[in-house]
Amino acid sequence: MNIVIDKNNKTLENPAKEIVYKTNELNLWYGENHALKNINLDIYENEVTAIIGPSGCGKSTYIKTLNRMIELIPIVKTSGEISYRGRNIFEKSYTVEELRTKVGMVFQKPNPFPKSIYENVAYGPKIHGIRDKKVLDEVVEKSLKGAAIWDEVKDRLHQNAYGLSGGQQQRLCIARCLAIEPDVILMDEPTSALDPISTLKVEELVQELKKNFSIIIVTHNMQQAARISDKTAFFLNGEVVEFDQTNKIFSTPSDKRTEDYITGRFG
Amino acid sequence: MALKKGSSSIQKLIEEKKKNKSVHSIIEKLIPTILLLTAVISVLTTFGIVFTLIFETFTFFTKVSFIEFITSKKWYPFSETQGSYGILPLVSGTLRVTLIAIIVAVPIGLASAIFLSEYAHENTRRIIKPILEVLAGIPTIVYGFFALTFVTPILREFIPQLEIFNALSPGIVIGIMITPMIASLSEDAMSSVPNSMREGALALGSTKFEVSMKVVLPAAISGIVASIVLAVSRAIGETMIVAVAGGSTPTWGWDVTGSIQTMTAYIVQVSTGDAGYGTTIYYSIYAVGMTLFVFTLVMNLLAQYIAKRFREVY
Amino acid sequence: MKLIDHSKVVKNMAPRLLWNQVFKVIFFIATLFGLFVLGILLYRIFTQGSGYLSLDFLQNLPSRKPERAGIKTALIGTVWLVGVVAPVSLLIGVGTALYLEEYAKKSRFTDFIQVNISNLAGVPSIVFGLLGLTLFVRAFALGTSVLAAGLTMSLLVLPVIIVASQEAIRAVPNELREASFGMGATKWQTIIRVVLPAAIPGILTGGILALSRAIGETAPLVVLGLPLFIAFLPKTVFDTFTVLPMQIYNWTSRPQEEFHALAAAGIIILLVMLIIMNSIAVLIRNKFQKRY
Repeated sequence: MNIVIDKNNKTLENPAKEIVYKTNELNLWYGENHALKNINLDIYENEVTAIIGPSGCGKSTYIKTLNRMIELIPIVKTSGEISYRGRNIFEKSYTVEELRTKVGMVFQKPNPFPKSIYENVAYGPKIHGIRDKKVLDEVVEKSLKGAAIWDEVKDRLHQNAYGLSGGQQQRLCIARCLAIEPDVILMDEPTSALDPISTLKVEELVQELKKNFSIIIVTHNMQQAARISDKTAFFLNGEVVEFDQTNKIFSTPSDKRTEDYITGRFG
Repeated sequence: MALKKGSSSIQKLIEEKKKNKSVHSIIEKLIPTILLLTAVISVLTTFGIVFTLIFETFTFFTKVSFIEFITSKKWYPFSETQGSYGILPLVSGTLRVTLIAIIVAVPIGLASAIFLSEYAHENTRRIIKPILEVLAGIPTIVYGFFALTFVTPILREFIPQLEIFNALSPGIVIGIMITPMIASLSEDAMSSVPNSMREGALALGSTKFEVSMKVVLPAAISGIVASIVLAVSRAIGETMIVAVAGGSTPTWGWDVTGSIQTMTAYIVQVSTGDAGYGTTIYYSIYAVGMTLFVFTLVMNLLAQYIAKRFREVY
Repeated sequence: MKLIDHSKVVKNMAPRLLWNQVFKVIFFIATLFGLFVLGILLYRIFTQGSGYLSLDFLQNLPSRKPERAGIKTALIGTVWLVGVVAPVSLLIGVGTALYLEEYAKKSRFTDFIQVNISNLAGVPSIVFGLLGLTLFVRAFALGTSVLAAGLTMSLLVLPVIIVASQEAIRAVPNELREASFGMGATKWQTIIRVVLPAAIPGILTGGILALSRAIGETAPLVVLGLPLFIAFLPKTVFDTFTVLPMQIYNWTSRPQEEFHALAAAGIIILLVMLIIMNSIAVLIRNKFQKRY
C-alpha cells in the first residue's frame, strides 16, 4: 500500500486508504428517463459510505449499478465509467459473475432461499466450486459469526431459513454475503423492513464489518447515516449534490439543498 | 318542477309494479334451488362414474376370480374355451407407454419451462405460450394418426426389428402431447418464485443457469412435481394414440418394439368389436376401466397433495 | 484467515460461464422442439390429405371406395353433437358457477363440489364413455343416439366450463353488484342484468374451448358404440350418427394408403374447424380483456 503523508492535502481523502470504486461521469437512463446524471464519486476501502436522499433520487439505482444488478431491467442504458479496483466494470471482458463475486449485496427485504440456514450460507461457496465439506463447515460458521447470528442459529443449522424472524433473516442474508468473502458489501436500505431492535443489531454489525470490508449503504434514514457512516453522499434528482465526511455533511453542509434535506424541510 | 313530477311518477310506477311482487319473490326463491340442482349434477357425475364402475366390476368378479385378475400375467379374453383375465399385461403395456412418454416429456417440458420463465423476453414468451396451447389442443386422434403414419415408419428406419404396432412410437407421441402441459404448469410454478430470490443469488455471482437450477427449480419443485404427476395421469388415460399405433397384443414385460395393448386400448378393442351385452368380455371393460380410474385418481390426488403440502411460503 | 481462494474462484469462472451458455442454447432448442413438431405435423398432414380435399369430399357419403368417400355424415354429425353439447353443458356449467360464486356460502359442501370438479377434470375421457354406455345408452335406452353422445360429452366438458365461468364471474367487480343492489334490484335481477353480461366474454371463451374439446374427442364415443360407418344423416336427436374423429379413426385403422390420405383430409377439416373456434375465442378474449 502506498502511504503518502501530506500535511497540506486539502482533499478529503485519507491518503492511507485505497480507492475501491471510482465513478466517472456516470449517466443512466431507464428508457427515456434520465435517472443518474454525471455522477462522480470515489469510494475508499474499509469505510462506510452512506448514500442518502429522497425517494426517487437515484440512490438505489446507483448502488445497483455498482454490481450491475441494474442490468436486470432490460431498458436500462448507461454511459461513463465505474472502475472497481482500477478496472472498468462495464468492460466487455469483465463478466458480471466475476464482479459480483467480489462485491456482495444485501437487499431491502431479507431474501433467504427456501433452503436450510446452512445451505443458504453455503450456497455462494458451493457455486464457486468449493465442495470440501470441512471448508464449507468452517465458512458457514465463520460467516454466521461474522453476521452476529451464530449463537442464535448454531443449534438449528439444518432447519428452513423461513423459520427465522425478519431481523434474523436479514443477518442471515448478510452471512450469506460474507461467505464468499467479498471485498465490498453493498447494502440497499437493509433495515427498512426491520423493527428498531433488529435495526440496531444490523447497525452494530456494520460497524464491526467495516474493519474487514468496504461498505456502501443506501438509507432513507438520516440518523442511521449519521450514526454509522464515515462519509455521506447526498443524492437529489439523479445528481450528487454533496459528498463529504459524514460529520461535516450533518454539521456544516456546504449546499443549501443538503441543509434543507437534513433539517427535514423536504423529502 | 317537471323533473320532480316525472321522478315522483316513476316512483308511482315502481309502486304499481311491486304488486307483481309475489311472482318476483317466487323467482327469487326458486333460482337458488335450481342453481343448486345444476351444481349437484357434477357431483352426481362422479358418483355415477364410481357406482357404474363398482357395480359392473362386481358383476365381472362373479365370473372371474379377483385373485386371477390382479395376479395372472395372461390376458386372453377372446379365447372361447380357456379365457384368462389377468390385468398385469394391460398394466404393463400402459406403464411402458407412460414411461416412454415421461422420458420424452419431462426433459423437454422442463427445459422449455426454464427457458420461458428464466431466459425468454416477454415478447418471446407471448409468442411461444400460445403455440404450446395449440399443441395441447390438437385432438388425440390426430396424434394417433401422426404416430402410426409418420413416427413409426421413421423409427423403423433406425430400428429394423420394430413392428408396425409397438410401444415406442405411441409413447414418444404421447410424450409430445403432454410436453406443453408440463412446460406450462412448471413455468407457472417457476414464475411465481419471487424475483428477490433470483437477485439474491445473482448478487453472489451466480450465473443464470445456476440461479435456475439451484434456486428457482428447488423453490418451485412442488409445482413442478405436481405438473409431472398430472402429466403421468394424462398419459395413463390416453386412449386414441395407443389404440391406433400400439396394437392389440397384451404382453407382460419390458419389450417396447413389439405390439402391446394398454388398458385403454383394450376397452376400445372390445367396444368396436361385437362382444354382446352381458358377456364376461362386456363386463371386463368395466373392470379394466375401474383399474384405470384408480390409477389416474391416485395420480391426481397425489398431484393435489404435493402442490398443497410442499408449497413454499416465500 | 481467508478460507476462500479467490484466484481459484476466478479460474472456476470460465467453465461456469461456458455451461451457462451451453444450457441457454439447450433450453432454447427444447422450447423450439414443440414448434418444430407442430410444423412437421401440419406439413405432413397437409401434403398427405390435400389431394383428397374437394367440394365432393365434403358432400359425399362415406364409401368403401376411397375415391368416392366423403365426410358428409361425419361433418353433419359433429354439428348435431355441438347442437346438444353447447346448450346442455353451458346451462349446467354456468348454473353451477353462479351457484358457487353468487349464492352458496363457503362451506364444506361447496369445498366438496369444488374438489369434485377438479377431480372430474382429471378422469380419463374413456371412463366417461363407460358411464355414458351404462347410463345413457343402456339404462335410459337412448342407444347410440345424438342425445346419448351429447349428454356424455356434456358431462366430460363440464369442468372446463364451470372453472372458466367461475373465473369470469369472480372477475366482475363488486362495485357493479353494489350499484345494482343500491337501486333496489333483487339478487337475481342483479345477476341476470349486471353480473352475467359482464362475465359473458369469459364464459364464452371457456365455452368455445370446451366445445372444441368435445368435437375432437374420440374415445368416449367409441365406447358408447357409435358406428364407424354410416351412410345416412340423423333426423332427430334420437337417431344414431357418427362424428368427424370417428370417421378419421375408421380411415386410420384401415391398412390401405388411400384411406390414410382420406384420414389426413378429414383431419384438415377437423383442424380448420378447431382453428376457427379457437380464433373466435381468442378474439373474444382480446376484445374484452381488462375492461375494469
